[in-house]
Amino acid sequence: MRNELLRTAAVSAVLVATMAVFSAAQAAELRLLTWSGYAPDDVVAQFEAETGIDVEVTFSNNEEMISKLRATRGAGFDLAQPSQDRIEGPQVEFEIYKPIDLSQIDTSLFIPSLLEATKGNTTVDGQVYGVPHVWGTSGLVVDRANAGDVADYGDLCNGSHAGKVSMRLKRPVLIGFAFSMGMDPFAAYSDPAEYEQILNKVAESLIACKADVKAFWEGGDQLISSISTGEVTAAMAWDTGGWKLNNENPDVTFVAPSSGALGWVDSFVLPARGENDEAAYKWINFVMQPEIAAKITGAAGNFTASQGADAFVSDTLKAQFNDSFPQEAIDNINWYPPVPAGLEDLEGRVLDRIRASG
Amino acid sequence: MSVAALPSEGAGRAGLRLSLILLLAPALLWLGLLIILPHIQLLALSLKVKLGPRLYETGLTNYTEFFAESIYWSTLIRTAFISIAATALTLLIAFPVAYYIAKMIRGRRKNLLFVLALLPFWVSELIRTLGWIIILRETGLISLGLQWLGLIDQPVELLGNDAAILVGLVYTSMLFMVVPLVTVLDSLDDTLVEAGYDLGGNGFAVLREIIIPHAMPGIVAGCIIVFMLTLGNILTPALLGGKNSLWFTDQIFQKFIVRFNWEQGAAFGFLLLIVSSLVVWIGLKITRQSLASTMT
Repeated sequence: MRNELLRTAAVSAVLVATMAVFSAAQAAELRLLTWSGYAPDDVVAQFEAETGIDVEVTFSNNEEMISKLRATRGAGFDLAQPSQDRIEGPQVEFEIYKPIDLSQIDTSLFIPSLLEATKGNTTVDGQVYGVPHVWGTSGLVVDRANAGDVADYGDLCNGSHAGKVSMRLKRPVLIGFAFSMGMDPFAAYSDPAEYEQILNKVAESLIACKADVKAFWEGGDQLISSISTGEVTAAMAWDTGGWKLNNENPDVTFVAPSSGALGWVDSFVLPARGENDEAAYKWINFVMQPEIAAKITGAAGNFTASQGADAFVSDTLKAQFNDSFPQEAIDNINWYPPVPAGLEDLEGRVLDRIRASG
Repeated sequence: MSVAALPSEGAGRAGLRLSLILLLAPALLWLGLLIILPHIQLLALSLKVKLGPRLYETGLTNYTEFFAESIYWSTLIRTAFISIAATALTLLIAFPVAYYIAKMIRGRRKNLLFVLALLPFWVSELIRTLGWIIILRETGLISLGLQWLGLIDQPVELLGNDAAILVGLVYTSMLFMVVPLVTVLDSLDDTLVEAGYDLGGNGFAVLREIIIPHAMPGIVAGCIIVFMLTLGNILTPALLGGKNSLWFTDQIFQKFIVRFNWEQGAAFGFLLLIVSSLVVWIGLKITRQSLASTMT
């Protein structure tokens, strides 16, 4: 009997010790859910050296981030980076984020206009849920030697580049084409009936265009390989893809469409059941320092909301940016407003229809 | 005497029952926790109808929408038909291969051939499919080869159609057909085949009357495995089918991950389960096999 008691005590002691070690390890860990390029190895290493906090990085995209957090009701990660337009809707529908304590963040590190815009777009019930990190645009990546006439989304479907164009079959393509057809989908966000009408018109023209489309690309690498082999000469894509290709082939670059590039801002949010907010705030304040932010720009290819980081960015990227974005093209950017809950069901049905056609 | 014997016998039986329960426990836990419980949850989810943010009611809307929207049911039918075609094609290709391995050769060469059939499965399905992309794409091996030979003067795109999907699916499921076929053909007594010829049968008659009836359990087992794998495949159709790849599992993935519509995704998952069970059941009825006979 005494033996057994002893054994039980020993086992529970070991158990308690393991749990203590485990939770101690957890306390000094930051689980970051982000996009590839937003947490380069050297930045992570520097953060770990300065703070002693281990960073566990998971690469993802908007839909996956929201799905992951929804599946666990906001657990499993301490910091996530969805786009600022995908915060209000999912928060209203699934309650997967928690409000940000702005007093924990050094707001002087941010470009004021971007910070204010993001705060405004991510406010639910008077509380702020997001601060900006990296921004960029979607538009056209064009091989100017072979498809120099492509200046707007609609030009992809003018028939002269049949079999040589590509796009990603997600919501940006619907919105880009709506603008290109002279409509304003963002203004119709609040009116589902009108928005549906716009979507139907866009679907009609995209279905007619499908025969010209070489492939609907899924990942950035896939698009880059099909453009660099010449299989695709014009595509709807992210700016950074165009600049990456420009490094190898000066004919290829990103072109801001005449109806306006689509501007996105990837932001920082705290998952509702994140366990290490302190580390999350430390990470935000760390990566928003100009030198660090410039490193992230170098890895991701997009500029950040960090005040003064431009000074540390490589001249090549700056030249590429200026080439793609003359001042009027910057003023012409259509920034994504928050997506109201339920709108994506409508878009989903239209995207399914396009995918199934032909 | 008998009074004293009874309790001990009862204890022995209880002990036996306990050990039986313990033996079965892993399998039962596996079934219960990983298969039955999630399916019940999925069923409950599929019956929830979204009215607005955080507002749900119980109903069949997720199922009726499947039948109302032609895209959805036509995709499911298409997926089932291509899967059946892929299964038939796999059987056609795998049967001679399996027969050769099981009956025509002996010893080391037999093992060597078996390993060769297994070899492609040492790399992941993703890599194998990417290999096919390199071969079939416009700037790929076949297109360049044909141009080099002067047979065509323009690059040809071989990706993005149903044939490419079929090629990928057949290649991916080959092994799962070959293995059960080799096993079952191995057990066929050679003298039976000889007797068939001695009695005046030609090659076709022997195949039809002796070899296929004997191999039937293996054929059915292989077909069930290949059909299930193909129907549930998501990677190969997406990568090789390109812009025209419509696969039902992809629809389910889209519903769950991209559209955040778990309720409809769950309903679609159930419909897929029903269709696959139905096809397997019909297949068993036609071949007059039972699940039990194919598994032994």
